[in-house]
Amino acid sequence: MINENIDRTVSILPDERLERVPAWGGASYSLSHVYRPTTIEQLQAVLKLARKNGRSIGLRGGGNSYGDAAMNAENILLDMRRMNRILAWEPENGRITVEPGVTISQLWQYILEDGWWPPVVTGTMMTTVGGCAGMNVHGKNAYQAGPIGDHILAFDMLLANGDIITCSRDENSDIFHAAIGGMGILGIFTAITMQMKRVYSGLLDVETETRPNLAAMFSYFEENLENSDYIVGWMDAFAKGDALGRGDVHKASYLPPGADPAPSQTMRLENQHLPSTMFGIVPKSIIWLGMRPFMNNPGTWLINNAKYHAGRLFGPKRSRQPHAAFHFLLDYVPDWKKAYGAGGLIQYQPFIPKETAQDAFREILQLCQTRRLPNYLTVFKRHRPDDFLLTHALDGYSMAMDFRITKRNRERIVNLAREMDEIVLQANGRFYFAKDSVLRRETAVAYLGQSVIDQFRALKQRLDPDNLLQTNLWRRVFG
Amino acid sequence: MSMNTTATTRPLEPEKRAIIIGASSGIGAALAKEWARRGYIVAALAPDEAGLEKVAAEGNGRIHTYLHDVTNYDEIPALCQQIIHDIGGVDIVAYIAGIQPVVALDEYNFEKDAAMIRVNFVGAVAWLNQAAVRFERAQSGQIVAVSSIAGDRGRVGAPVYNASKAGLSTYLEALRNRLTRQGVTVTTVKFGFVDTALLENAAKTFWVISPEKAAQEIDTAVRKKKQTVYAPARWGLVSLIIRHIPSFIFRRMSF
Ligand SMILES: Cc1cc2nc3c(=O)[nH]c(=O)nc-3n(C[C@H](O)[C@H](O)[C@H](O)COP(=O)(O)OP(=O)(O)OC[C@H]3O[C@@H](n4cnc5c(N)ncnc54)[C@H](O)[C@@H]3O)c2cc1C
Ligand SMILES: NC(=O)c1ccc[n+]([C@@H]2O[C@H](COP(=O)([O-])OP(=O)(O)OC[C@H]3O[C@@H](n4cnc5c(N)ncnc54)[C@H](OP(=O)(O)O)[C@@H]3O)[C@@H](O)[C@H]2O)c1
Repeated sequence: MINENIDRTVSILPDERLERVPAWGGASYSLSHVYRPTTIEQLQAVLKLARKNGRSIGLRGGGNSYGDAAMNAENILLDMRRMNRILAWEPENGRITVEPGVTISQLWQYILEDGWWPPVVTGTMMTTVGGCAGMNVHGKNAYQAGPIGDHILAFDMLLANGDIITCSRDENSDIFHAAIGGMGILGIFTAITMQMKRVYSGLLDVETETRPNLAAMFSYFEENLENSDYIVGWMDAFAKGDALGRGDVHKASYLPPGADPAPSQTMRLENQHLPSTMFGIVPKSIIWLGMRPFMNNPGTWLINNAKYHAGRLFGPKRSRQPHAAFHFLLDYVPDWKKAYGAGGLIQYQPFIPKETAQDAFREILQLCQTRRLPNYLTVFKRHRPDDFLLTHALDGYSMAMDFRITKRNRERIVNLAREMDEIVLQANGRFYFAKDSVLRRETAVAYLGQSVIDQFRALKQRLDPDNLLQTNLWRRVFG
Repeated sequence: MSMNTTATTRPLEPEKRAIIIGASSGIGAALAKEWARRGYIVAALAPDEAGLEKVAAEGNGRIHTYLHDVTNYDEIPALCQQIIHDIGGVDIVAYIAGIQPVVALDEYNFEKDAAMIRVNFVGAVAWLNQAAVRFERAQSGQIVAVSSIAGDRGRVGAPVYNASKAGLSTYLEALRNRLTRQGVTVTTVKFGFVDTALLENAAKTFWVISPEKAAQEIDTAVRKKKQTVYAPARWGLVSLIIRHIPSFIFRRMSF
């Protein structure tokens, strides 16, 4: 046990680099030595530094993963956000090549006025393209468009040994399919080429209506998959009995050519953003203060109820909304997560095949209620399978649940997650590392399958034999 | 060098991680075992290999040991970083190391005196400065060090031991004043008599507690985020009296 073989002459990493790096949900943090490279040479220098000091390197994009995916306690963390140049843009055919630190925000603002929109966007535009590729993110159009990986044509990746390789479906295709969704473990994306989506308006046709229960929620999705581009369901996790699973659905479609009388107007950036005050006169930057009193069970119950009944009263609503307003509503309520209080929040998002989803979700919602741990925000989406090695997607549904964390409920949340894991596994479901804080090794083996994990490990061994690239998540689930 | 060593963390089930400097015998050894029993991950440091191994053997695999003499000040920054890297973080740094060689009433031995200052005081500064930087960055963390009621007054029997502990207490007070506003707790534990090797040469003792009891006192003080505690508490009263004895009387006293 005595640690004698410590090299006490090694140069140490400077204290000035030491930073507190929180999980996006704020329920945990780590200290890391943070480096912010702007060039590939600087990246390579950090690889050398890490080797010299016996430290591992974690990658971080916008840091929007809810848990520990972009954290690397007591080691080096590379904040990739300064590698944010657009390297090539071809407005004739919608191909774009970007550095990994380019954000979704930067991306859509760069291309929209040319008549393009990113084929997949996340619920916040603060994510980076590198981080989105690292998790293979999906949007509210996952059932139509698949994950972002389906739109990546090629990428350059810096390996732990300092070499750069190019990967696509034709070249290094095994690495291509494993590094997308590979959690920053196989290599560092340095350039990513994607195909953007042609749009003929800056607006979407949006329809909102309420659904009285879970079955109605499901039937809405099944009936509208063909005739829409985006659907998202928003559920009131407090509704019980016959009303279990009730909530709102938002459906949106691109406008066909000609439908927008003035597309060049609607695609202008100044016509995309939401006004800086919501609800009339309350400045958006302090809305979270008003939300805070409601972030306890009865408070959220009240809001959910009011929202549901207001929706029912006014019936289905149709409107045309700017893309940005439809996709990034949360970004216009800065710091909304502060409403969750000092303990932060975690998200639990299982993915379940369509055949077993309804029963499994019913069971999960009921379980949360029985355990008196209903979640505050539940978002419901439809997905399609893809061919990436560690994919979270399948032909079915996902339900993203936000749980508020306090000192006192931590243990109960952990136990609840274990119980939910069982339901998900029984239903042949899957999990999503971007959202995860609680997954256990054995659960990961159970849903991914040992052979998939072995394949991933074999690639890791080939591309990074010294295990230079690591994160808290990697050690927790695969370490 | 292996890249694999950093310990795993689970976001919602954080384990406490503690570094104990001076953990091969006496109070420090008992504290390492107490915290291992409570499920903490412990890094135990001292120069005595055999002592450390014994402590680790009773730690359910939760005690990681490091050979270290605090007077090797130069190695402290690198060693501190290495340990925290190995155990994946740190929540508590406990400075327990201390020596008290026998000093006769008419003895002015610089070697002994300097050794006490180096271990009891300078070593504490070297380690706790490291802790302070990290905890300030983290906006969280706990520092605890063992001082002594012997540091409350200078006495005929132990001038430099007294001074080293007085220095330590004052340093800790200043750290506390700097760090409280950064979310960091600094705890000073002042013992009376604890039944350890250090006490073997003491002339007369009373209210002696076991090292295990002493370890529990430290643990309680840390968990309650205390500032300064006398342990057991009645020593607080003794200290109050001692501190108020006028100098003209104190000069004539023999203890
Ligand atoms: C409000 C909100 C809404 C969200 N909505 C959605 C949603 O609709 N759909 C969805 O799928 N997800 C969603 N997410 C999750 C989020 O999109 C993902 O976690 C995404 O990966 C975050 O991107 P990031 O740039 O912040 O990356 P980070 O969280 O910083 O990193 C993500 C992963 O990518 C790796 N990585 C980062 N840069 C690189 C690189 N250059 N090379 C290789 N690997 C790298 C990291 O190591 C890490 O494992 C949402 C998150 C929030 C906070
Ligand atoms: N016992 C008492 O009555 C009493 C009362 C008040 C305060 N205290 C204080 O309590 C603390 C612990 O003492 P104790 O009673 O437990 O005595 P102890 O049994 O002698 O333990 C002292 C510890 O400090 C370590 N140490 C000594 N010199 C060191 C050095 N140069 N570098 C690193 N570690 C060193 C020792 O390690 P090695 O054995 O490996 O050298 C040992 O682990 C001391 O600070 C002491 O002043 C004790």
